[in-house]
Amino acid sequence: MLTTFQSVTKNHLQDRLFKVLRDVMSSPSGAIGVSLVFFHLVLAVISPFIVPFDYREISSLLMLQGPSFEHWFGNDHLGRDIFSRTLLGGREAILITGIATPIAVIWGSFIGIFFGLVGGRIDEFAMRIVDAFLSLPWILKMLVLIVTFGTGMGVLIPTLAFFYGIPVIRIARAATHDVVARDFISAAKARGHGRIAIIRHELLPNVLDTLMVEGAMRWSWMLLAFSSLSFLGFGASPPTPDWGLMIADARGFMSFAPWGVLAPVVFLSSLIIGINLTADALAKALGIDRIQKAPV
Amino acid sequence: MGNKSLIEIRDLSIGFSNLAKQLLPILRNIDLTIEAGETVGLVGESGSGKSTLALAMMGYLGNPLKVLTGSTSFRNQSTFDLSARELEQIRGGELALIPQNAGQALTPTQRIGRQISESLKLHSKVSEVDRPARVLELLTQVRLPDPTTLVDRYPHELSGGQQQRVAVAMALAGEPDALLLDEPTTGLDVTTQAHVLELLRDLAKETGTAMVYVSHDLGAIARVCDRVVVMYAGEIVLDGSVRQVLLKPVHPYARSLLASIPKLREASLPAALDGRPPAAGDVGKGCAFVERCKMAEDRCALERPLLQFTKAGERVRCHLFEKVEKLAASGPGSAVDRSLISHATEVLALDNIAISYTTRGLWDQILGRQPNDTPTVDDISIVIHKGETIGLVGESGSGKSTILKAIAGLIPTRNGRIIYNGNELLKASVDQRSNDQLRRIQLIFQNPDDSLNPRQTVAEILAQPLRLYFGLSNQELHDRSVEILERVRLGGHYLDRLPSQLSGGEKQRVAVARAFIAEPELVLCDEVTSALDVSVQAAVLELLNRLQREFGTTYIFVSHDLAVVRALADRVALLYQGRLCEIGPAADVYSLPSHPYTEVLLGAVLEPDPDSVPVLSADDIVELSPMPVGCAFQRRCPRRVGDICETKTPPWQQVDDEHLIRCHIPHIELRELQMGRAN
Repeated sequence: MLTTFQSVTKNHLQDRLFKVLRDVMSSPSGAIGVSLVFFHLVLAVISPFIVPFDYREISSLLMLQGPSFEHWFGNDHLGRDIFSRTLLGGREAILITGIATPIAVIWGSFIGIFFGLVGGRIDEFAMRIVDAFLSLPWILKMLVLIVTFGTGMGVLIPTLAFFYGIPVIRIARAATHDVVARDFISAAKARGHGRIAIIRHELLPNVLDTLMVEGAMRWSWMLLAFSSLSFLGFGASPPTPDWGLMIADARGFMSFAPWGVLAPVVFLSSLIIGINLTADALAKALGIDRIQKAPV
Repeated sequence: MGNKSLIEIRDLSIGFSNLAKQLLPILRNIDLTIEAGETVGLVGESGSGKSTLALAMMGYLGNPLKVLTGSTSFRNQSTFDLSARELEQIRGGELALIPQNAGQALTPTQRIGRQISESLKLHSKVSEVDRPARVLELLTQVRLPDPTTLVDRYPHELSGGQQQRVAVAMALAGEPDALLLDEPTTGLDVTTQAHVLELLRDLAKETGTAMVYVSHDLGAIARVCDRVVVMYAGEIVLDGSVRQVLLKPVHPYARSLLASIPKLREASLPAALDGRPPAAGDVGKGCAFVERCKMAEDRCALERPLLQFTKAGERVRCHLFEKVEKLAASGPGSAVDRSLISHATEVLALDNIAISYTTRGLWDQILGRQPNDTPTVDDISIVIHKGETIGLVGESGSGKSTILKAIAGLIPTRNGRIIYNGNELLKASVDQRSNDQLRRIQLIFQNPDDSLNPRQTVAEILAQPLRLYFGLSNQELHDRSVEILERVRLGGHYLDRLPSQLSGGEKQRVAVARAFIAEPELVLCDEVTSALDVSVQAAVLELLNRLQREFGTTYIFVSHDLAVVRALADRVALLYQGRLCEIGPAADVYSLPSHPYTEVLLGAVLEPDPDSVPVLSADDIVELSPMPVGCAFQRRCPRRVGDICETKTPPWQQVDDEHLIRCHIPHIELRELQMGRAN
């Protein structure tokens, strides 16, 4: 019954993962959050196959119709089926932010850990640059890039990933600072391990929890940002069904056809609330006190 | 009120439910009465429930805890039945708490005067006009110098001892009937601890306040308490007068606990207590101590002993107390074998080392200029021979850990050389040292919670040095890890545990194993036992001594505890403010003549003996930075001879072959002065 080192490690990781998952699901808010996120992810995959109507189908007869037995959420100003469009409306947002979030977290962590380790004046100087970026309103700096380079996935993903990686730098740097001061890092240094080995074996496993929670939070902010860009006309382009775009389209008729705004708003909020609840439950299960932050 | 007891605890059990909905008791059937004016010590190792009991006296339970049976009352009011408002009246007023870390208990943004007058406002009838005068009175009562300027200071401007005194003053503001002190001197330096305890002792006499000390330190308890209550696994196991408990304990646990404390006057390893206390809810139907008890009989495992009275009036929870009573006092521990020291072989020589924490500015670096401030550590020259243990002793801020880090290559030295094996010059930084040089010097840290990566299993922790130094993998790696774990008495089944699944002593054993797996020649021990309970400390000291004999290792043992160093060290070096004061064979350093600083330190040590009286010959406030000229100890020295102490660095005087003292007073004169004090 010899256990090799690799298997021992893997078992512990699995055990921990199971335990965290169980802890997340055992809190009511965590269970609700995970179910909401799961619901939206499944919907994003299967919605093209289950929608009752074509999202492009225009009908002058059905313009601004209220909810009916046939069209559950009513119809928009072009007579398109809001139910079908709402089900489909999260696909592009989830796809773009789903790619941009990991990129943001990875590059932000990389830079943050680097400066956290280097410390001293270089770190101080770099953080002032980060502060400068953070002090600008997010929508402004993103619009500058999008207006310059145009919309589309090829521009949106790098833009979102870049700007949403900046707050991650701060988080990763702070987490690194906490760990670097501890004796097991000094012990590894005194033994003579190289920098890369110390980062891989000693530092990363201890900051990963914080980065995971931060990643979940970044995702929810990024979704909101993407929908806002669509609302302003810089995100998804018509006729793609997108929640932000749908809200923008239906806004003018809100006083007499509120269903056009209501359906995408409910779906978008439920996804963001779901992610937030999950992140909070995850932070609790991992034992991190997440500091509530204002949008940046 | 008359002869009513102040605090009465009847059959109190406190516990919590775990995730599996099992009820786990933390305190079990506590019966305790505290009379007005009494000073009682609650003693036990970590996890024994002593702090929970003290807080329960104030009617406070931490979040998951609940009362299972019984009650506590303060002046006949049942504490747990009182409303929050009624409790507020009692707490801080009639029943005050002095927390362990006063520095954290004081509000950092409020001046001292305001904090104390706030307690006066809440808990006394002193009118607003009279409050400032009363604040000054309180500060004088706790013997703080210059109270009028002190009221305008912020907590961070005070030393640890002064902060603790302010906390005492705040507690006294409400003129309490009882003071609860939770480890009041843990974390303070020996001299500061002795001063604070003397103050508390005098206050108890002056004010007639009942005091309940929660402490793991029997030396402190011996000095300040009339009565001692020993706790184990949530139970009271022994309750008697301080003389009874410390001089002739009738419970086997108390006996072993006392035997595990290193004594200042004995150069021997204390006897360790094997095993660990049962976890909450893990106690069988018998005696909680049965598994670790050397005297246990069949009955002990089956039947829980009751708390019964001895003829001398103590209460003891043991079936066999009459047998224990007849045992002779435990003899001295095992002597340390010194035969392995080879004086001919030099392992490490520190040659005129100086270390400074000030970083040079960019301009100075370019020009190669040295900063001309006083270095934190200066003029350290020590030669260490193969197989010996050298103790570095000093108060916090004495630079003892700094020197260790410099030897390990973690802090650069400003001046001086570190010479290895008589001829190799060690580079200042780890990056410049060879793999083999690194392997031969290993470091063990103070707190294993901090020095073991919480995300790595024991297997991964031990694999790091093996891969780095020997390039081992798989089977060989596994075999070597199992072997070293057996050497530190843990065994191969510990490989897949995480640090959080180990007890404090087990963690430190893993840390020791990680150092020894590299097959080092020199092991640097940085306060390796000060985060551990005394019985665990004894076991770790025994382990270090055994490994030294097996591997022929050399130790540099840094500690603030003179008794621990006495137990293990062959030679002792005393440091004050980063300067050596005295160095020599342990037996010589602990006897006369001593450097005045050694004299002050030795005088302040508290022993678990009610008859030992500390000698407080100097104040307890350490300078913030070392003196630029003259003797490092000039300001606090009780034997100052005059201006020469402030202007000239004292010369090294040779008392004996290897015993050196750095003082202006000739050593013969010093001995006479100190002998006179002793008589």
